[in-house]
Amino acid sequence: MRRIWALSMSLKPSFSLDGQTLAFLSGQTIMDAALAAGVYIPHLCHHPEFKPHGSCKLCTVKVNGRNVASCTMPAAEGMVVLNDTPELNEARRALTQMLFVEGNHFCPFCEKSGNCQLQALGYFLEMLSPHYNHFYPQREVDGSHPEVLLDRNRCIMCELCVRASQDVDGKNVFALGGRGVHTHLIVNAPSGKLGDTDLAVSDRAVQVCPVGAILKKRHGFEVPIGQRLYDHKTIKDVQTGDGHG
Amino acid sequence: MSFELETAKEPEKLKRVVIEPVSRVEGHGKVTILLDDENRVHQVRLHIVEFRGFEKFIQGRPYWEAPVMVQRLCGICPVSHHLAAAKAIDQLVGAKHLTPTAEKLRRLMHYGQVLQSHALHFFHLASPDLLFGFDSDVAKRNIVGVAAAYPEIAKQGVFLRKFGQEVIRMTAGKRVHGTGAIPGGMNKNLSREERDALLKDIYPVVAASREAVALIKKVYTGNLAFHSTFGYFKSNTLGLVGPDGALDLYHGGLRAKDASGETVFDHVDYSRYSDYINEEVKNWSYMKFPFILSLGSEEGWYKVGPLARVVNCDSISTPLAEVERREFVAYGGGFPIHSPLAYHWARMIEMLHCAESIKDILHDDDVLGDDLVVQGERALEGVGVIEAPRGTLFHHYRIDENDLITMANLIVSTTSNNNAMNEAVRQVAKQYLDGHQVSEGLLNHIEVAIRAFDPCLSCATHALGKMPLMLELLDCEGRLLDRVYKAADGSVASLMS
Repeated sequence: MRRIWALSMSLKPSFSLDGQTLAFLSGQTIMDAALAAGVYIPHLCHHPEFKPHGSCKLCTVKVNGRNVASCTMPAAEGMVVLNDTPELNEARRALTQMLFVEGNHFCPFCEKSGNCQLQALGYFLEMLSPHYNHFYPQREVDGSHPEVLLDRNRCIMCELCVRASQDVDGKNVFALGGRGVHTHLIVNAPSGKLGDTDLAVSDRAVQVCPVGAILKKRHGFEVPIGQRLYDHKTIKDVQTGDGHG
Repeated sequence: MSFELETAKEPEKLKRVVIEPVSRVEGHGKVTILLDDENRVHQVRLHIVEFRGFEKFIQGRPYWEAPVMVQRLCGICPVSHHLAAAKAIDQLVGAKHLTPTAEKLRRLMHYGQVLQSHALHFFHLASPDLLFGFDSDVAKRNIVGVAAAYPEIAKQGVFLRKFGQEVIRMTAGKRVHGTGAIPGGMNKNLSREERDALLKDIYPVVAASREAVALIKKVYTGNLAFHSTFGYFKSNTLGLVGPDGALDLYHGGLRAKDASGETVFDHVDYSRYSDYINEEVKNWSYMKFPFILSLGSEEGWYKVGPLARVVNCDSISTPLAEVERREFVAYGGGFPIHSPLAYHWARMIEMLHCAESIKDILHDDDVLGDDLVVQGERALEGVGVIEAPRGTLFHHYRIDENDLITMANLIVSTTSNNNAMNEAVRQVAKQYLDGHQVSEGLLNHIEVAIRAFDPCLSCATHALGKMPLMLELLDCEGRLLDRVYKAADGSVASLMS
């Protein structure tokens, strides 16, 4: 068996990631191939269940000397990809800091603390401070839905809820409106209120939020400290282990 | 209950002495003293000049966030805010009675909190004054000095505090700012391993608490005439008691007594607190002045905290603390004890009660149970009251139909003691400053009076007594005559010489 497996791998195209040879299947992106091989590339807007988005730029890698988003860049034979380098991790840390300051992310009392990908990524990238000045934007908390809370203060515009609602739930509840720093999450109802949409608490769009922007109401802090997803594991451990988180 | 020395008749003709910062309430406080040319005291005020705004910025947030968010008011007694908010939120989710497991776990967390806070205050902050003297060598009047001169006492303080913090960690997930209490109950029980770990130390903790009571009793009665008259004033008292009138730090009805010990009201459902208590605003402090409504603002101000609780209750449910309570109360000769320094003694009796209560709860298998949360018919308004280490703590929330908070009202213990602390400072100023030159020893007398209440003002004194003070002496024209600075290391220097 081992010989057959080795033979099949040797027949697959491959590329180099930080000096490691990774085989890939036709159509896979660099991110897909890396995750399949258990190699972590930091990311927030990517989720294996949904089509790539390429917006957060945290998964930026260098391919043959050029910066590309690994979640959208198809893997190609003979590529030389750099991922875990001081330069790229420094840029990722800066991007994460920008995400923190352009929203209102108060981890100490956020119920997503310990289960939040943004927070976990901050720890993973050894982010010790926000560095940039906080924007402290005025953003609306929408409690109009009977079972789901939308707290735009914590939204990082990853559009995972948008993709989940459209591609999995068969609905069209969420979208991004505005431009640049004025970009914000909107909902598909004339009133602009979540309670007037056809969102159901069981929708995939409610489950997929990587931060604390979309939450089931009245269920905060139910998992004790010490048993939360990232209490004892890094985001790298989680996303290259049993589940994506 | 006069307000003598609160407001001078002609303040513009008096010298103004400012102590700033006295300390912080997660911020800043100061004392101002107005003196005439002969250094006679005409006005003394303890000002709390910090503005926090928690009541405002929690508006619009989902109610289940409140217990975790509002505890950030304090790094010393966050568990008290956590539990007071949780009790209020219980009412919003219709949890009228928690499961036995949840209630005992919350009580365990609370007793751990009170134990560690009382230990911190007595051993680290108050004991240097009490063991060395109020105007002793400032270089030694701190916890390091205590550790050098009385190493066993210092070790006891560390041991007790560490144990209390461990109780909090095992019930709330973290020693500071955990998440244990959730709407309608708790998010975790105790594992057998956790319980066994706490049981291993609980008997030494009870023993150490008994020794602490013996120590303060010896110190206090060793110079009874001085300790019982220092900063003395009379006031009403307020606290929670159980249905049988016993001390209950976690839950009960409100009881108020007047200065002579006569009942003003008793077993009041705390959700109706606003029918009994009101708050007055004064233009010289950001902190409000609560008072008993039926007595009015002039006569109705009251004190809370260990002394108020121990003189207010009919008994203490745990045997060792009850013996100590009876001996303590006997020193009043049939009347309530009002001496500010008696707070220290009462505080140690409460610490012993907490240690005994923790022991009892740890022996109850309910804390290992899995039935953690109950819910019932939802409501739009909830009030939670608890006896925090420093006194009665009120949390009151209203929400809208979208589960978002529309109103929050918090009356914290230090606020309830606002008038009492002012009165203590005035009495000390009258006793020790009147007609005398300002000195470091005097400054510390004022600190000692404030510190007796263990206010959240003492967030600064919680930093190992490193309370920096700036005292300025101005003449009636406002000209600076002298400026004395006490540095964080305790050294004092005149900046004008």
